Amino acid sequence: MKQLLPKLAYFGVVFLFIPKEAYAMHIMEGYLPIRWAIFWFVLCLPFLVKGLMAIRKVVKENPESKLLLALSGAFTFVLSALKIPSVTGSCSHPTGVGLGSVLFGPFVMSVLGSIVLLFQALLLAHGGLTTLGANIFSMAIVGPFIAIGVFKLITKWGLSFSVAVFFAAMLGDLGTYVMTSIQLALAFPAEIGGFLGSFQKFASIFAITQIPLAVSEGLLTVMIMNFIQKYNMSELIKLRILKAKES
Amino acid sequence: MLKKNLLLLVAVVALTLLPILFLQDAEFGGADGEAEKAITEINSEYEPWFTAIWEPPSGEIESLLFVLQGVVGALIIGYFIGYMRGKNTKKSNVKH
Repeated sequence: MKQLLPKLAYFGVVFLFIPKEAYAMHIMEGYLPIRWAIFWFVLCLPFLVKGLMAIRKVVKENPESKLLLALSGAFTFVLSALKIPSVTGSCSHPTGVGLGSVLFGPFVMSVLGSIVLLFQALLLAHGGLTTLGANIFSMAIVGPFIAIGVFKLITKWGLSFSVAVFFAAMLGDLGTYVMTSIQLALAFPAEIGGFLGSFQKFASIFAITQIPLAVSEGLLTVMIMNFIQKYNMSELIKLRILKAKES
Repeated sequence: MLKKNLLLLVAVVALTLLPILFLQDAEFGGADGEAEKAITEINSEYEPWFTAIWEPPSGEIESLLFVLQGVVGALIIGYFIGYMRGKNTKKSNVKH
């Protein structure tokens, strides 16, 4: 533990001052050893099964929420198509999973995020089929869970709905790419430095590029949420995201 | 609400433009090549054991597909906002 803190501080400094050229996105096709590819697939399965059940339940209980469900999927679709320049001198794209996670919970979003990832793997050669499990785990499971956790925490602190949505979307986005770095570091530990050595390398590629994009994603999610709040308040109350008195 | 959203939009645009303005020699590449390079540096023997079953034949076609992905999503979002707005004004018209 004593050694860990200076190490982490060192990484922080390295991240700040040595911006590397990086193309931060999902893990590329074929770039995970087969046992890791299988491991992440298996890990995702229970989440996806629960997610499908959750979607069925939401649609059954609130048929009107289908439109919001479509909106959540569409939001991820748009945001993950936008490759945006970042401070590291390279491009990456946001994930857009924060909105749906706040609206419907993390399990529903794990299914919607997986659909987007499958589309990109099949048609855009972006990400990949063998790495789909790992990419689903980072973008469609870790991201949404961080988002909902942050949302609940900030709401509990009594801060405004918009602030909670902003940080939920932003940290969900950032967490996705930290997870991607962890996944790559686990599969490719460095000869010197092991897991942490590799993590530093991959995080400087994946996570740093993502910081300004994560802020953008937070802002865009608040924008969409403003529309929903204005025109679709009753739905938010039905989904128990906002209390009735606030309307 | 529109004013607030406009401000948020300006912030997003600024965040996007700043890197382009300040990092003039950067390449802003889009391939995932850097992570591939890092993997090769750590484990020079690693060979990707699977390649994409289909790849867009050119950068232009890839950008076409990315645009389509964005368009489909944006259409749904636009439809949603328009539908909600229309429904809302109709309701308030009936009330008054």
